[in-house]
Order: sequence, then C-alpha cells, then structure tokens
Amino acid sequence: MIRLLFTIIAGVLLGGVVHLVSVLALPRIASQDAYSRLTPITKLNAVTALPLADPGNTLMPFMDPAFATAICRYDLSGGPIKLAVPVTQSYTSVSFYTRSDVAYYAINDRSAGRKVIELDLMTEAQHADLPEDEDVTAADRLIIDSPSTTGLIVLKALAAEPGLMPQAQAALAASSCQLQTEPPAKQVGPAAKR
Amino acid sequence: MRLIFTTLLALVLATFVGLGATWMTATRGTNFGTLKIGAWTARPKTGTADVDPYSRASIARSGDLPIGQGDGVAFLATTDDRRKPLDGRCDVVVSGVTPAARFWTLSLYDQKGHLVANSLQRYGFTSQEIIRGADGTFEVRIASRSRAGNWLPTGGIERYGLMLRLYDTPVGVATRTPRDAPMPSIATVGCP
Repeated sequence: MIRLLFTIIAGVLLGGVVHLVSVLALPRIASQDAYSRLTPITKLNAVTALPLADPGNTLMPFMDPAFATAICRYDLSGGPIKLAVPVTQSYTSVSFYTRSDVAYYAINDRSAGRKVIELDLMTEAQHADLPEDEDVTAADRLIIDSPSTTGLIVLKALAAEPGLMPQAQAALAASSCQLQTEPPAKQVGPAAKR
Repeated sequence: MRLIFTTLLALVLATFVGLGATWMTATRGTNFGTLKIGAWTARPKTGTADVDPYSRASIARSGDLPIGQGDGVAFLATTDDRRKPLDGRCDVVVSGVTPAARFWTLSLYDQKGHLVANSLQRYGFTSQEIIRGADGTFEVRIASRSRAGNWLPTGGIERYGLMLRLYDTPVGVATRTPRDAPMPSIATVGCP
C-alpha cells in the first residue's frame, strides 16, 4: 500500500517536471505557429501582402478584419534590413516578432512622427559593428535590434471604413523591406538604387 | 518484477499528468498577467519581450501573432457581464464608452478565432464608422437577425467571442483598475 502511494507521489512529481519541460519546449517544436504558417506564402526579405481577413481565410486566428496586413519575413544573416512604410491617413503600425513569435517591438505612425515610417533592423552584433560616425549621420533613422537572426515584420494599415481598404492596401504595397546593400559608398551606384 | 511495474506506473502517471497539464494551460490559458475588466480580459504582457512561458506556449499552439505593446492591446470577452456565455441566437448589447485610444475595432469571432460568414460581410466595427449617441456613447446590437442602428450579425452560431482592440492607447502593462480603462458593458437582452 505504502509502495503504491509512493509510486503515485513520484509519478505526480515527475509529471510536474514533464509539464515544465514541455511548456518551455512547445514554442520550439510547434509546427503550426504563426511563423511556420506564414513561411510558405511569404517571400524572404521582401514585403508580401496577406489576403484580407474574412471567414474563408483561416491563415491565423483573430485577424483584425479592419486592417490590411503585409508581412516581411526577414533573415539578417546577409546584413541589416531597411524598412520603409508610407503611412495612411488613419493608422499604420509596424510590429516585430522573433522566430518564436515574441513581439519584441512595435511602433505606430504617430510615434514615428512622419509621412514614412523608416527603420533599420539589425542584430545586436551588426549594430555594434556600425562605425561611430555613421551612427551620427544616421541619427534620424531609427535602429532596431533584433534578438534573433530570423523573424517577422508585420505591417498593418487601418481601413477606418470598408471603402478605405484599397487605400490601406496601396500604402502597404508601396512599402519596402530589403537587405541594406553595402554601406554608403556603394549606394551611389545605380545597382543599389533599384 | 514489482519494481519494474511500479516504475512503469510512475512513468505513465508522470506522462499523463505532465502533458495533460501542458495541454490544459496551452489551450485555456493561465491567469498570469491577465487584466480583467468586467467581462473583458487582456494580456498586455504577451505583446512584449518579457512574455511568460505559458503565453508563449499558447501562442505557439494557436498560431496567433499577439498585438505588440507599441501598437495596441486586445481585449477578449466570451461571456456577458453576468458570466453567461455569449450565444449567437440571443440579442446581446455592447454599450458604453471605450478607454482612451486613437482608434478601436470591435470584431466577432467563432471559438477558433475565425470570422463568421454573413451576407452583409460585416465582421465588426471601427471607432470611425460606429454611430454614436449625443453624449458620445455607443450601442452595438449583436444578433442573428437584422437590427436597427449598429448591428453586428452572429450568423446564428452558438458560441462566439468579442474582441475589442485599442490602437495607440495608454492602456497596457501598467493598467490595473477599471478606472484607467472604462470598458463597454455586455448584456444579453433576450433569447428566442
């Protein structure tokens, strides 16, 4: 009897360990998380517009039907990323997620305070490698440190009324997200202009 | 022989207890860092880098992208103010005011988080398109059949959830009391 009781207690205690380990491991082993769902339909280091949220769209749960959404799936191993999103008259926001869907940074058009939200995204190591003087000239550019090499940038534009949806989609279509081609020297060349 | 048996029993028990608890918490969520105002709940911390492991597990499982803190905050309600589950066959009234925010949207989802089909193609309201009273308050009627004013169709589904998202808002991790964030009330006014 004592032996059975001991077995049960041991089982429950061990169960607690299993629980903790599996909770911590779940984000790593999940195959249906947002990043995995978006991978097949998005381009790497480029802006891809998502289909509008409607009942037939089961891409992700709880998508806001009032928003046009676009995704830039990034990989910083090739260098930092430059992001430019024109704002609409109502509301535009940019949110950054790591590979494991942690929202580490988000900014909206008002905090950006301009007609275009312009950001540089880089890893901490790339940020540390920036030459000092360039940091000064680029003072008006916002630099975001990504905790992971890969991740998602979600661009959202609000259509305050259904009729404004084409305008919101157009703003996102005009946004860009691309690898920063080599520092200033080369940017004068026509190849870098595109 | 008995030793092997008891060891096996303990291991099987551990698997069930451990994975069962993980499944429960990842599906239903936990109360860590939950902000509850009336029938509305929000987890502002899931939109920051210091999201707790349970929320991370449930995000990974559902495939959701939580709304970032610099963007806004999302409140979900699955019951009315009297804790009665929201029923798509009943008339439900959401009324009052919303916390300070530049924009907000109110949308209706089924239990899986998908929008519900209806002939109007109306899945929610934004703060700009809603019709308000003279005092600035609003009233949304949620029902399966057409209603006057701000009507949000349910498609007659049995259970649904309402999500109120505030964009560019001071409501967030620091919000504690209903006084900081006056949320609209939810009342079931009639069932057929």
